Amino acid sequence: MADHLLEVRDLSVRFHTAHGIVHAVNGISWHLDRGETLAILGESGSGKSVSASAIMNLIDMPPGEITSGEILFDGMDLLKASEEDRRRLNGKRISMIFQDPLGHLNPVYPVGWQIAETAMAHGRSKTEAYERALQLMERVGIPNAKESMGKYPHEFSGGQRQRLMIAMALVLKPDILIADEPTTALDVTVQAEVLSLLEELQEETGMGLLLITHDLGVVAEAADRAVVMEGGRIVESGTPRALYHNAQHPYTRKLLAAAPGKGAMRVHEQGKTPILKVRGLKKTYGAFDALKGAEFDLHAGETLAVVGESGSGKSTIARLMLRLEEASGGTVMWKGEDILTKSPKEMGKLRRQLQMVFQDPTQSLNPHMSVYDIISEAWVIHPDILPKAKWRARVEELLEQVGLQADHALRYPHQFSGGQRQRIAIARALALEPDLIICDEAVSALDVSIQAQVIALLGELRDRLGIAFIFIAHDLPVVRDFADRVLVMKRGEIVEQGTVRQIFEAPQQGYTQRLLAAGLDSDPDVQADRRAARLALG
Amino acid sequence: MKKMLGKRALSSFVSLMVLIVLVFFLSRLTGDPAALYLPVDASEAMRENFREIHGLNDPVLVQFGRYLSDLIHLDFGDSLRKARPAIEVVLEAFVWTLQLAVITMALVTVAAIIVGSIAAFKVGRPFDRFASVLSLIGASAPDFWIAIVGIVLFSVTFGWLPTSGTGSVWHWILPISVLFIRPFGLILQVVRGSMINALGAPYVKTARAKGVKNRPVIFVHTLRNAMLPVITVIGDQAAALLNGAVVVETIFGFPGVGKLMIDSILQRDFNVILAAIMVTAIAIFIMNILIDIAYALLDPRIRA
Repeated sequence: MADHLLEVRDLSVRFHTAHGIVHAVNGISWHLDRGETLAILGESGSGKSVSASAIMNLIDMPPGEITSGEILFDGMDLLKASEEDRRRLNGKRISMIFQDPLGHLNPVYPVGWQIAETAMAHGRSKTEAYERALQLMERVGIPNAKESMGKYPHEFSGGQRQRLMIAMALVLKPDILIADEPTTALDVTVQAEVLSLLEELQEETGMGLLLITHDLGVVAEAADRAVVMEGGRIVESGTPRALYHNAQHPYTRKLLAAAPGKGAMRVHEQGKTPILKVRGLKKTYGAFDALKGAEFDLHAGETLAVVGESGSGKSTIARLMLRLEEASGGTVMWKGEDILTKSPKEMGKLRRQLQMVFQDPTQSLNPHMSVYDIISEAWVIHPDILPKAKWRARVEELLEQVGLQADHALRYPHQFSGGQRQRIAIARALALEPDLIICDEAVSALDVSIQAQVIALLGELRDRLGIAFIFIAHDLPVVRDFADRVLVMKRGEIVEQGTVRQIFEAPQQGYTQRLLAAGLDSDPDVQADRRAARLALG
Repeated sequence: MKKMLGKRALSSFVSLMVLIVLVFFLSRLTGDPAALYLPVDASEAMRENFREIHGLNDPVLVQFGRYLSDLIHLDFGDSLRKARPAIEVVLEAFVWTLQLAVITMALVTVAAIIVGSIAAFKVGRPFDRFASVLSLIGASAPDFWIAIVGIVLFSVTFGWLPTSGTGSVWHWILPISVLFIRPFGLILQVVRGSMINALGAPYVKTARAKGVKNRPVIFVHTLRNAMLPVITVIGDQAAALLNGAVVVETIFGFPGVGKLMIDSILQRDFNVILAAIMVTAIAIFIMNILIDIAYALLDPRIRA
């Protein structure tokens, strides 16, 4: 029997919850060799992170319970090893980094100490530990590494924080690095940088890399092999190319089909007069210019995507337009009237024409209100839209329109999945029969297959009801499938705007080109070309 | 940080001023001191003379103006009861209260943090259950009752401890024990809750993935993050003790500021009431600054 560096055999884990036993993974097996990158691909709830938690001894028992299986590392079954033996492996021979580096770094200690702590926890002297920490901070590309050691996590950017996590994990040159959604919260350009850093470090140290992800693009970019998980089972495995071109299991096929960025781009006939004209829109926070004079038009029924990295000012535009924040200058002409000069009372009336759908439906829906109350609340505020007698029928109609069922009206938000909650948020926006819906990263938090459904729903509503959309997103493939025109933003400025075809097929600005090259495609061959393009752009 | 302290000082000064005005006028509503300090059969002339000497005949606004101008020279007036400067009387008592508060809060803090942390680490296990029951009893027990039961048991029945007063180390044990119970119960609850939250935080997962041992995970990674809400409650409880533990000090005949205030109110010793309120208010102000500093030391995100 060939010996693998790490082998998971027939692992089953279940959790005892208030709603009964949940089988998180059922008899899964996989292995990882030195110098190899294995991706575990799956959507939320597929159990893709559970085997990693089992390896790191991070499953709380109870409520967790490992009912069968072995985890063989270096010939030793980790599940039979003592707590202390496992602690000695963690951080030294097997390390792990996580999705949200801000949450996973301790906010009250300097990062230098946190990196050195990995070495000190395994018996290295303080001097040696700090020397190693400094070396690694330099290696992962933290500027002014020496001074940065004394800084705290909140003083770094998202990408730098993930680099710090990587440094922390690699201080003792482990044999295996487990990366759980390491780039999910990062901007595309930063994602590409972090993935290539991981690849370089792997080449230097020969470690095995286990990459847990929901993103087919990440698999195409970085993995040597991949296993696809659904409902706690491995449904398929193979190389990214084999999976992409020759997927056997229906679930894998469904995932591939749902991956955005493959459909035909839209060609939209623009109307004569725009319903929205934004001119010189500005916002400053003290000395910081969040938005430096944005100018654009929007026509009825048109979908305008606003793309850019975090901090580029794309959400600021939406917040200023809806007067959630006051602009520092400029005009927003909505059907010939300036929104920015409206009194609060006039603004209240205008709001029914301008609705917003937010990123996180869990937080934007009041957990103590039933779906009926959430949707009909719009009519409490704007009583002239609908007489009370018709509310129930209309709520049911709206729910069906967004792909839910009429009897869902009496349920509460926690009884729905993330995708269903976003549908409720859309139904709430539709209740006011708006002319414009602003979607701020409205599908970013959803799984690929759910994302595809919600996008399809929005497209259907657009065609049927003629609603215009401002679609704020960092995810370019989704934009490519959904938008008519695109605004590209960078540091508070619109650097390029054009039709979706112009932007995606012939981008003029270097920044747009870099943004497109940094995006990950689910096709490994396309991805290889992009990587070449990215290297060429530098 | 400096700006924050400046703001804090200004707002404290304003509240102190409001407090002085309120207390000055309210205390004068309690009645005429001449009726208390002179013999029952004193003549009206004697009473008039007493009022004249102590300036009680002037209109109340004039009295207030005089009081303020003396105050600027740090003259708090004399105690009617003891015929000594009021501030001396107050500071004497305050030193007792301060010692009592500091010792009690130090013990409470250490005990609550240790027991609370362990309970949080062993959620749902017997130790946690026991600590929860204990803290619930502690937080809800009436202190006057515990004080009296304590005296009956340990002083009267067993004769181990003195019933009241000061003088030896033994005299401190009962008052401190009684004062300990309520803040211990409250702070234990807050420590436990806050630690449970912090133990579930992602950075704890990171620490475990790094191979950090259990004890540093609790006492290094988690505790410092969990301390912020705890410090607020410690400050609240300490403020209550600095105000003078009125009931407990009275029961144990402990010469602290709480007992002094009650006595002064009953005796219409206005200057002492005002001085006592100002001293405790300033002490609480200083303590709030210390808490702000502790916050900033614990959490780098608050500095800046």
